[in-house]
Amino acid sequence: MFIKDYIKDVYGAVKSLLTGMRMTGYYFTHHKEIITEQYPDNRATLHLAERFRGEVVMSHDENNEHACTGCSACEIACPNGTIKIINKFDITPEGKKKKAIDTFVYHLELCTMCNLCVQACPTDAIKMAQNFEHSVYDRSKLTKKLNKDGSKLREGIE
Amino acid sequence: MVEEIGTNTEGDLIINVGPQHPATHGVLHLVLTLSGETIKKVEPHLGYIHRSIEKMCESLSYRQFIYVTSRMDYLSSHINNHACALTVEKAMQIEVPQRAQYIRVIMDELTRIASHELWWGAMAMDLGAFTPFFHAFRERETITDIMEKTCGARLTMNYMVPGGVMVDLHPDFQKDVKSFIQLYKSKFEEYNELVTGNIIFQNRMKGIGILSKEDAISYGCSGPVARASGVHCDIRKLYPYEIYSQLEFDEILDTAGDSFARYMVRLKEMQQSIRIVEQLIDNIPEGEFQAKTKAVLKLPKGEFYQRVETARGELGVYIVSEGGTTPYRIKFRSPGFSNLSALEHMVKGLKIGDLVAAMGTLDLVIPDIDR
Ligand code: SF4
Ligand code: SF4
Repeated sequence: MFIKDYIKDVYGAVKSLLTGMRMTGYYFTHHKEIITEQYPDNRATLHLAERFRGEVVMSHDENNEHACTGCSACEIACPNGTIKIINKFDITPEGKKKKAIDTFVYHLELCTMCNLCVQACPTDAIKMAQNFEHSVYDRSKLTKKLNKDGSKLREGIE
Repeated sequence: MVEEIGTNTEGDLIINVGPQHPATHGVLHLVLTLSGETIKKVEPHLGYIHRSIEKMCESLSYRQFIYVTSRMDYLSSHINNHACALTVEKAMQIEVPQRAQYIRVIMDELTRIASHELWWGAMAMDLGAFTPFFHAFRERETITDIMEKTCGARLTMNYMVPGGVMVDLHPDFQKDVKSFIQLYKSKFEEYNELVTGNIIFQNRMKGIGILSKEDAISYGCSGPVARASGVHCDIRKLYPYEIYSQLEFDEILDTAGDSFARYMVRLKEMQQSIRIVEQLIDNIPEGEFQAKTKAVLKLPKGEFYQRVETARGELGVYIVSEGGTTPYRIKFRSPGFSNLSALEHMVKGLKIGDLVAAMGTLDLVIPDIDR
């Protein structure tokens, strides 16, 4: 009786193994599509979703102008203290003092890509970029200045 | 106290499983007392990935604290975010637009499928089957791609905000989800063929790690673990939130309470989630995706509690507010912690190989247990 059950068990196990192996064999011979991404070999053709949150950048137009007024809303919205806004005071032609952004400091190493700063910005000055290859040899390289040198506020943005 | 590793006075062997062990899926540390190969005692040691999320939340505003909760049970990040958003909405009595509710429920259910897929692959891998992992990840990848297109992230979403969702759906969303449903339905048979029907697999699961209904309740288990023991505990049915009360789906119950029952409950739950998504995907109403809320949220003084059903069970969010912009105290009731506590009871007297099988069916996510 025991022997009979034992043989039955072994037979059942081998049978279900073969059922599984049949599918493995099927995929082995019918590899129509290759799902694995060959990163980093496919870097040139790598397609990332347009909303993918890789890092925060500030958009500049062709005249090197941006839309950041230095209002600090993003700094307040950020949960990790990733953003530091340093303001300066420009003297307008009429001789008045006007607040403007001096340095937009962005600590990439602290950022969690939560998108809250982008949501908070009233003038859509910052956005998320798709770059995700952030490794560097020196930690200080991760602290970035987002407004470009010599850039200024676009006309008509308050 | 942990006894010295080695042998105790009765001659039992004491060994460590983890914190760096492939079968514990993270930094879970189990101290086993073994007599030969028979398990006499299982002592989980926690704290290896404790980040004090509850304490961190106390210094964050009601918009900011949601992103941290993605890092608790990272496989149900949408549902965690959802729970927090719901609690804030309940406290401030914010009316969430219909469109946002539909989007949230679809996202929750897709997350549940993705989470169960990953569990299925990892579970089979614990038992030594490597191929199912790739099959599971093929389907899961489709969901993460859908998420990436709409939410911008693959794991830590931060997509649900108080009042609705952060951004509107991607134009391709409906098309992508429908093609995912097609793909999923065509592939589902493979799961049964590869793993469920396998006699070796069944012999390792059936009658192993039995948790009775009474024990499941007294250990505070929830989710698929408790439902496999016959406990009626689906929050979506018992305390429906959002639009769950209008949806047609079954609460999967089993009475066996063994590892195989837990396995089957999750497999069937995936199909129920597909059923929910199918009901909603064509009927997403037009309109606002976010209610108008003030820039700075202030909760009224008081205590607020909201529970949701994550892929692992019941998640409760408890906020004590002093009326300010940050919570006075936050407590998360996470499903993994209570489910883990039932482990010793389940595996006592079994062999060490059964521990891995039984632990796999608990679907533990360690950051959810530690927080
Ligand atoms: S994405 Fe989040 S963490 Fe990063 S800078 Fe913006 S608000 Fe801060
Ligand atoms: S990026 Fe936007 S929110 Fe931040 S300081 Fe500039 S204008 Fe204000």
